[in-house]
Amino acid sequence: MPDILIPTPLRPHAGGEAKVRVEGNTVEQALASLVATHPDLRTHLYDDEGELRNFVNVYVGDEDVRYRERGATPVEPDEEISIVPSVAGGRVSSPPKSLSGNGSEGPVELSNEEIQRYSRHLIMPEVTLEGQRKLKAASVLAIGAGGLGSPLALYLAAAGVGRLGIVDFDVVDASNLQRQVLHGTRDVGRPKLESAADRLRDVNPHIEIETHETRLTSENAIELFEAYDVIADGTDNFPTRYLVNDACVLTGKPNVYASIFRFEGQASVFAAPGGPCYRCLYPEPPPPGLVPSCAEGGVLGILPGLLGTIQATETIKWILGIGEPLVGRLLLVDALKMGFRTLKLRRDPDCPVCGENPTVTEPIDYEQFCGIDPAADETPEGVEEVSVHETKVAVESGDAELIDVREPFEWEICRIEGARLLPLSELDARMHELDPAKEYHVHCKMGVRSARAIERLQEAGFSRLKNVRGGITAWAEEIDRSMPTY
Amino acid sequence: MRLIVPETTMRTIRAEAEAGHPHEVCGFLLGSRRGGERVVGEALPAANQRTDSAADRYRIDADAYRAVEREADRSGAEILGFYHSHPDAPARPSEYDREHAWPSVAYLIVSVREGEAGETTAWRLAEDRSDFESIELEIPVEEENRCPTS
Repeated sequence: MPDILIPTPLRPHAGGEAKVRVEGNTVEQALASLVATHPDLRTHLYDDEGELRNFVNVYVGDEDVRYRERGATPVEPDEEISIVPSVAGGRVSSPPKSLSGNGSEGPVELSNEEIQRYSRHLIMPEVTLEGQRKLKAASVLAIGAGGLGSPLALYLAAAGVGRLGIVDFDVVDASNLQRQVLHGTRDVGRPKLESAADRLRDVNPHIEIETHETRLTSENAIELFEAYDVIADGTDNFPTRYLVNDACVLTGKPNVYASIFRFEGQASVFAAPGGPCYRCLYPEPPPPGLVPSCAEGGVLGILPGLLGTIQATETIKWILGIGEPLVGRLLLVDALKMGFRTLKLRRDPDCPVCGENPTVTEPIDYEQFCGIDPAADETPEGVEEVSVHETKVAVESGDAELIDVREPFEWEICRIEGARLLPLSELDARMHELDPAKEYHVHCKMGVRSARAIERLQEAGFSRLKNVRGGITAWAEEIDRSMPTY
Repeated sequence: MRLIVPETTMRTIRAEAEAGHPHEVCGFLLGSRRGGERVVGEALPAANQRTDSAADRYRIDADAYRAVEREADRSGAEILGFYHSHPDAPARPSEYDREHAWPSVAYLIVSVREGEAGETTAWRLAEDRSDFESIELEIPVEEENRCPTS
């Protein structure tokens, strides 16, 4: 029976042995016998098609079997077979699909106009003409043209990133303009992508802008991400954030991440080779409703400016390959204290997406994962809802009293006539002011906090409670259009 | 896994990487194991066989590998891993590196920019070949008055 000599890297997979006795009269049979005894070797020797990997060489005696009869090469019982590595690698990956499409394999060149435009980059030894060419050859996909996406896209365009994609399906609303600097007053009512493309083409006509007017879904994310080098996550909700993360891990694209809330923000680069992903940091999403959205909790307008610019910085560093990327680090920004801290992050070997034994191998249903059931709306079970019209009738006829659980500063902005202010934060202390025998309609800005107030009142024994669907925002749209919205 | 490369050995690797710039240089890391630690005793340069594309590729041929492994097995040393340089690119493994990687060994990558060696990192292939994992790199200084490496 012949022996197979095992190279150092494979010895731990062959019981630690340097030499394994096998059965067979040909190379193919001998290797099959080896893999049958040590199945862990299979993935390192053979590719998905079952072919020997091209850097795995097999010798019989001193002869490479490629120059004999390959797998069919006969082996005498007293001969030695060797598995011999060739060791290969290199700095450049095979070109991404996005770049191979145009057929030009040579380096991109800059026109005189571009050289003039980027001169402050070109004179930096860390960038130079070569770095600027890398930026031009690169492609970045921004998820969202909102608060984070605005500064991100503006600076990437200005810096000369050659192909900039944006995914969004929203229209510009007046309440966006406080922070979404891609859009202006005259754009209110226009699709955000149209407005964004106009603005970015004005900033830099030398780059390509690709607009994807669609919601990012589990069905389209992979194909979309494949076409770009870097993904920048500017989303405002958990289902999409997990989707972006998973699709980045699955396609091997770095996820330049940031998120914001009120005065605080965080940023990191996830899914980089060897680095952690968003799920290593947050394995589970928060329960729905626990973390308020910017629409509910508000956000300081400049904050996405700060964080989106950090995303743009990390993206450009990544493309240029300079400095230390925010891989394995979470940057925490507190705008009130103007404090910046970084936390070390570790890749979780048990992570379901990027861990050793991933269980998520394609995008899943993220609404369900985040506990959001689109059919059941956001209202908790047991909370009865009414429309603003029903509330208007009930309150005017004296059948019910309207309770506003928003905070006093919100009350200052707008209020419904006849409503009584009882902020959620004071509810427990002031519950005795209410009469359990009376019917109350409860509202807040959009209907989430009022549902929580109703649950607390129900626990305290109140039963005649109704939640005003859509809150004062719906009232302003459907009943009193002169009311300011916020 | 932790890779320990004495500072003097690291300097020879970095010097080789700088001298080879703008081409990729490559070689063997020989030494011994100490529990989870891999202690490099010697860095052995190898010829980069990718003369067709040496700026962004390297290859150590099977014959060269076989000769070094034979010698190592005979002398009681072990091939702990391989080093190579990334000219004008970050010290991060590329997808090409991953596709061609061997398990259980360390890959040391030295970034060289404008002919100057910079960031140096160490990696190992994940068991399922899906990714490279960063491993700890320790560069002990044996003598006094050494400048810290970046």
